[in-house]
Amino acid sequence: MPSDPSPKSAAPRRSPARAASGATPASSATVAPASSGLAGTSPWTYAPAPESREIVTIRQRYGLFIDGKERAPSGGEVTITYNPATEEPLAEVAKGTPADADRAIEAADRAYRKVWSKLHPRERAKYLYRISRILQERSREFAVTETMDSGKPIRESRDVDVPLAAAHFWYYAGWADKLEYAVPGRRPEAHGVVGQVIPWNFPLLMLAWKIAPALAAGNTVVLKPASTTPLTALLFADVCRQAELPDGVVNIVTGPGSTGMSIVTDPRVAKVAFTGSTSVGVTIAKGIAGHGKGLTLELGGKAANIVFEDAALDQAVEGVVNGIFFNQGEVCCAGSRLLVQESVADEFLARLRDRMSMLRIGDPMDKNTDIGAINSKAQMETIGELVASGVAEGAQIWQPACDLPTRGWFFRPTLFTNVAQSHRIAREEIFGPVLATITFRTVAEAIEKANNTAYGLSAGIWTEKGSRILQVASALKAGVVWANTFNRFDPTAPFGGYKESGYGREGGMQGLHAYLRSS
Amino acid sequence: MGKKSKRAEKLNLPLAIETNEVSERLEVRRTAKLYIGGAFPRSESGRSREVKLAKGGVANIAGGSRKDLREAVRVARIAAEPWAARTAMVRGQILYRVAELMEGRAAQFRDDLINHGASKSDAAAEVAAAIDRMVWYAGWPDKLSAVLGGTNPVASSHFVFTLPEPTGVIACIAPESSPLLGLVSRLGGILAGGNVAIVLASESAPLPAVTLAETLAVSDVPAGVVNIITARRTELLPHLVRHADIDGYDLWGCPDELLTEAEQGAAEHVARVARRPHGVKDRADAFDGERGERIDGITAFLEMKTVWHPIGS
Repeated sequence: MPSDPSPKSAAPRRSPARAASGATPASSATVAPASSGLAGTSPWTYAPAPESREIVTIRQRYGLFIDGKERAPSGGEVTITYNPATEEPLAEVAKGTPADADRAIEAADRAYRKVWSKLHPRERAKYLYRISRILQERSREFAVTETMDSGKPIRESRDVDVPLAAAHFWYYAGWADKLEYAVPGRRPEAHGVVGQVIPWNFPLLMLAWKIAPALAAGNTVVLKPASTTPLTALLFADVCRQAELPDGVVNIVTGPGSTGMSIVTDPRVAKVAFTGSTSVGVTIAKGIAGHGKGLTLELGGKAANIVFEDAALDQAVEGVVNGIFFNQGEVCCAGSRLLVQESVADEFLARLRDRMSMLRIGDPMDKNTDIGAINSKAQMETIGELVASGVAEGAQIWQPACDLPTRGWFFRPTLFTNVAQSHRIAREEIFGPVLATITFRTVAEAIEKANNTAYGLSAGIWTEKGSRILQVASALKAGVVWANTFNRFDPTAPFGGYKESGYGREGGMQGLHAYLRSS
Repeated sequence: MGKKSKRAEKLNLPLAIETNEVSERLEVRRTAKLYIGGAFPRSESGRSREVKLAKGGVANIAGGSRKDLREAVRVARIAAEPWAARTAMVRGQILYRVAELMEGRAAQFRDDLINHGASKSDAAAEVAAAIDRMVWYAGWPDKLSAVLGGTNPVASSHFVFTLPEPTGVIACIAPESSPLLGLVSRLGGILAGGNVAIVLASESAPLPAVTLAETLAVSDVPAGVVNIITARRTELLPHLVRHADIDGYDLWGCPDELLTEAEQGAAEHVARVARRPHGVKDRADAFDGERGERIDGITAFLEMKTVWHPIGS
């Protein structure tokens, strides 16, 4: 068993920092200096409020979940998953090989033909309801495990990831015996075996987004979790066991990207779903070209969060902060470009800096933490490299003064101003707590700049004028537009991208379509 | 030799018109050109290809080049936004107008098909079905959001709706067989969704596509919304699928041996792809009857947009 990272040893010594100008936050219209220093101790001190990890038993080693049973990897190799907040190892996880993928696909294929496709749709629905209920019952366990494995704040895993995952199973459960209503005029049929590869930023939630509609539509699943965040998927295997889901209906194969490729390219896999980077998405799409498989891709993003001069500025500040710092900015739909109207830019940025100075960065297990740990060392380096490029290309950087924990992978929330659209920080997905500010004068310019990206996943609009919201929302080339809100998700609301952010939708009736073929 | 009628004499018409003796009057042949941006250019390459006609004679079909293709994408991109911005009702009416004009040219479409080897009865059936297919599509634009979108009952205090929007510039590899009905069946879906199209016409039977271009040119379809290129598919396809300003590909007419290359090219710029479902062959009857009325011809090139707004003061 890897050493037990207790909350005490993991807890960074925080001293929440406040910028001097933030003493009366948001009430002052004065412009803060570009980089205000620390002014002594904040009146807003928080006692540590660590979530207990007692509820979770992380085993020393996890195998693969194939055909309803835990199996050792055929190659005998394991990888270690770390707690990003402490850099301590959590568990050894099987390094699945192409041979393991083959075995999982065989099990899924058999389960599809012999059991799952023969089941009355009503019974499929009841299995999904069971899974949803178990996720609700074990939600604390999932939230704690998720936070330990991914570095995200417990507040988010507890209030967002896990409840939404359960809600997705609940929502799609009801579709299982109503599929003909989802495809009017056509006869819905399952594909058979579905191959799914998911990322590390929302490990359990992405699993739910993938598995729930797939099973509801009558498919069986082989899923590969991200190699740095496998634990909640392996815990989900135990939920399948508790739900008495027939063997082979869900198979979970941990391992590297190459194992994922052998899953999606297997001829028995009729439909592929991938969430992750655009470059890997392109590799997958090319790898299965001509195979006749169904494919949906949910890829990168570079969302613009547009603040107009008539916006409710304090609400907009909250929305912009939530847009980029939710889950450390490791969100494909993160509002990573702030487009602010020139007339209110100074005032808005002053309030934004104030608000950023109050963000609490540190132990993800602390219930007061706003920004947790970056998922991996590799991701830390990527963020660092892009931030350095922003400075080198001439953008102005500002970071709140705050102490970071001495251990673990933490990145200071970062605001760039004077950003040109050609800068890498304005074009490339950073996947970290880094916001690039661009100003505009007219509505047309805002739309033009917002759409000036290869991506098209999401966007935000902040204005009190309803007709402008509808005008801008319809002009934005983005699959999800949040007006006077940001980063909202719901199983009934389709999510997915335009352009190089991928194709297909997850959530809602539209999310079922990819998992059905209609003859 | 018959005697000329009074009317013929007055008009000084040659005898053949009166007596159907074609031999006495030289037929005025049509030059089959490309259709790009509402105009009918020859290929910039200067190439054309002789196609023998079943009724006798030949037609020279323009041999579209890579450069013609690029020009078509350029004008299509310009046409895309205004076309998408037309109201759904107007787009439906414009498609219906296309059907009206096709009806008027039914004889020419039939002749084209017969010239490519179809029997009289098959040609008549295909033309009738193609016109009816266009009418079927004409009814779709103002119903798509009701059938495919809606409001989403989220578990928070937000009003959330989802609507379909067009993908943009779509390249359509028209089905090789069923050269009119197949083309209309795929093109109609692209247009009904509010997209613009670049069509690579059937290579073995291009004349119906040429006649369709001439029909579209006098319909209310704005210039650049449909661009039709006749060309050798093996030559143009590798360039077509890698053109980064094309947002989607309808590969129903893509030859099987080129499908992998086509999809790989599309994947490089994350373009959307529609292809024949497993087991559906590119053959003359693939679009007959209700089999050809496929909403997935529309949905393949729609993007669903979800918009959130808080409820409250």
